[in-house]
Amino acid sequence: MAGGSASASLAEMGYNVKAFCFQDSPRRAHSIAAQGGINAAKNYQNDGDSIYRLFYDTVKGGDYRSREANVYRLAEVSANIIDQCVAQGVPFARDYGGLLDNRSFGGVLVSRTFYAKGQTGQQLLLGAYSAMSRQIGKGKIKMYNRHEMLDVVKVDGKARGIIARNLVTGEIERHSAHAVVICSGGYGNVFYLSTNAMGSNVTAAWKIHKKGAYFANPCYTQIHPTCIPRSGDHQSKLTLMSESLRNDGRIWVPRKIEDVEAIRSGKLKPTQLKEEDRDYYLERRYPAFGNLVPRDVASRAAKERCDEGFGVNKTGEAVYLDFASAFIRYGKEKAMVEGVEDASPEKIRELGEGVIEAKYGNLFQMYEKIINENPYKTPMMIYPAVHYTMGGVWVDYNLMTSIPGCYALGEANFSDHGANRLGASALMQGLADGYFVLPYTIGDQLADDIRTGPISTDLPEFAEAEKLVKEGLNKLVDNKGTHSVDYFHKRLGKVMWDKVGMSRNEKGLKEAILKFKKYAQNFGAMLWFQEA
Amino acid sequence: MDLTLKIWRQKNKDAKGALKSYDIKGVSPDSSFLEMMDLLNNNLIEKGENPVAFDHDCREGICGSCSMYINGEAHGPDRLVTTCQLHMRKFKDGETIHIEPWRAKAFPVIKDLVVDRSAFDRVMNAGGFVSVNTSGNTQDANATPIAKDAADKAFDAATCIGCGACVATCKNASAMLFVSAKVSQLALLPQGQVEAQRRAIHMVEQMDHEGFGNCSNTGACEVECPKGISLENIARMNREFLSATITSES
Ligand SMILES: Cc1cc2nc3c(=O)[nH]c(=O)nc-3n(C[C@H](O)[C@H](O)[C@H](O)COP(=O)(O)OP(=O)(O)OC[C@H]3O[C@@H](n4cnc5c(N)ncnc54)[C@H](O)[C@@H]3O)c2cc1C
Ligand code: SF4
Ligand code: FES
Repeated sequence: MAGGSASASLAEMGYNVKAFCFQDSPRRAHSIAAQGGINAAKNYQNDGDSIYRLFYDTVKGGDYRSREANVYRLAEVSANIIDQCVAQGVPFARDYGGLLDNRSFGGVLVSRTFYAKGQTGQQLLLGAYSAMSRQIGKGKIKMYNRHEMLDVVKVDGKARGIIARNLVTGEIERHSAHAVVICSGGYGNVFYLSTNAMGSNVTAAWKIHKKGAYFANPCYTQIHPTCIPRSGDHQSKLTLMSESLRNDGRIWVPRKIEDVEAIRSGKLKPTQLKEEDRDYYLERRYPAFGNLVPRDVASRAAKERCDEGFGVNKTGEAVYLDFASAFIRYGKEKAMVEGVEDASPEKIRELGEGVIEAKYGNLFQMYEKIINENPYKTPMMIYPAVHYTMGGVWVDYNLMTSIPGCYALGEANFSDHGANRLGASALMQGLADGYFVLPYTIGDQLADDIRTGPISTDLPEFAEAEKLVKEGLNKLVDNKGTHSVDYFHKRLGKVMWDKVGMSRNEKGLKEAILKFKKYAQNFGAMLWFQEA
Repeated sequence: MDLTLKIWRQKNKDAKGALKSYDIKGVSPDSSFLEMMDLLNNNLIEKGENPVAFDHDCREGICGSCSMYINGEAHGPDRLVTTCQLHMRKFKDGETIHIEPWRAKAFPVIKDLVVDRSAFDRVMNAGGFVSVNTSGNTQDANATPIAKDAADKAFDAATCIGCGACVATCKNASAMLFVSAKVSQLALLPQGQVEAQRRAIHMVEQMDHEGFGNCSNTGACEVECPKGISLENIARMNREFLSATITSES
């Protein structure tokens, strides 16, 4: 999304852009999966929002570890993003007056999140994709689908192009440019199971790091509290249930361990448990924010309950997200609005289910397909999972990395979210970086290149980079190993999750290093890994 | 679960492909269809054979990458799901499952189950946008109220994931559902209404040019569409297109 939006803006401004993605179309980038929404300081709800307040919330949410100047700029352009998207035909949710609707997200006390049901990322990405398509149609952007960037090429210390592999023919290609922009997303998949897409590997960011771009805060990984729990070893990825559900769902586990056992063995249904036997632990511990505490707090609290043995599914790693009281609250409201008199409790619940369906229908459907339980009739089960990486490639205020002429945008950079990202702020950052920041800051670098002319791909630097890439690939292909890539990825990811996950300590981290060394030896010919 | 899989194997776009049979054991009914394919590929790799190539990425039904024709149906027997969301509990132990790529002239097979859907991108490049620059200087987002009903309908059309199941299902390999979803989304919103007719003409021209077939209103596409994109969109597009061709002729 950061890449698509940047390409569109740059092309409009007159630059010639080559864009690369590994999918068969840029419309499939993983931003497509973002569900909940995008923040902007519009103050449409008249609840006291402002640029300063969005800035303050984002910096505080990130535990004061974000770069404040970048965040302030982000807050300033946030409102333009919404204007821009609406002008492009992004169908955000609206109220009956025809104006844009908002919801609130974790860690924030105002309602500033714009959304399109549970598919906000899809709509924003497709908006950027359409702006990009318009420029591809005009020949201003040349799109290379099914291409994987495998290295950056530096000439005289400046980023001057990339080496990419055509994933259909297998050919290694050289592409030159006056600047290189990396918008390749985060590194959540080092944990194997995450809410990221299967192809979201960190190759591009890692390769520029190896060529001299600093990497900042790799320890800051976001573990999202509301994901569908793991069901078994066959699992290849985890699915997020949007955080917006915490607006209406209440999180609980049974108060008594006997009830936990009865539920796990199927003797007791969660709906049968009396109110006083439930522990709404977030409401108990954080009365002001309740179920809307920031993500890191919600995740650690769920882990704490499950570590104490209160997990409600077979693996012991799940808590309930219960909509029963929302069904009643909305049902009553709806009955009033529609003038249904003396509505029975069943009628009220039915009306309430309808309201929830209108808000989150696709999420409920997704849950049912995966878990095979109807979340309108029984509470959802959720558990934290790796979701987003705040850390990333270090960039300056111009979003340039420590390699001159090489930039990093979106989740790939480190700048805006500090130690913890608030909900609905990654989409905001991606589009801000792409539409409104990079296209203007990149000029600072390109101005010096006005007389440089085209860069030849016959330069020795290109030949050298290509040779190294080919050698690296051959090492992988010729290695006489007996296991698949997945085999290693799964095991390494498990070590990361167990020892470098939600809580870390010296002993665990040291054990993790030992385990990595062992796998590296098993991997034999795969020398890259030992160097790392 | 133990299963027999009959899978289309084709080395590259010029090679002749054929169905090949594989036995697979110990599949969890809770795993997704693609996780079952992962298991198969792992077995193949450990035996030193070539894994089956298939497109996939998000594995949560939204990117539109996955594209398998399973037992004669696009995305398999379940409704309103993509292949990655299809779970093995929908199949019976011991069953034989046929897995083929999308079949359409405009979607040539590249390898095994992978097809080239770039024709969809080219249709989009021809007009699937609102002609507005990304300057950020557009008017305030709330300056033009949009009736909730129109906004909701536009949203429903906009949820198309560009998977191509509609094309694979249609006996004419028509792309009308895909194209009409985009045309409708933008025509329903005031921002896109201005150039609605031009857009319809350009996208339809490109669609024809790519070799997609004609729509004969069979409605099979709507049934197999994982996002429930409705046939109403085709009717709406036909209105745009017809009025456009009439005005441009006059
Ligand atoms: C399930 C889910 C839900 C989310 N919900 C929200 C939400 O509600 N609100 C919010 O603000 N944020 C949300 N986020 C976070 C947000 O969606 C992401 O951080 C953001 O979309 C990332 O955008 P991006 O442009 O940086 O990367 P992406 O959109 O992932 O794009 C990366 C691109 O880089 C390309 N690429 C990567 N490596 C290479 C390579 N080596 N060679 C060539 N191309 C490459 C890919 O092809 C892809 O096109 C969510 C994230 C997930 C996973
Ligand atoms: S209309 Fe439906 S089947 Fe066709 S591409 Fe869109 S989502 Fe896929
Ligand atoms: S893999 Fe993304 S829709 Fe199936």
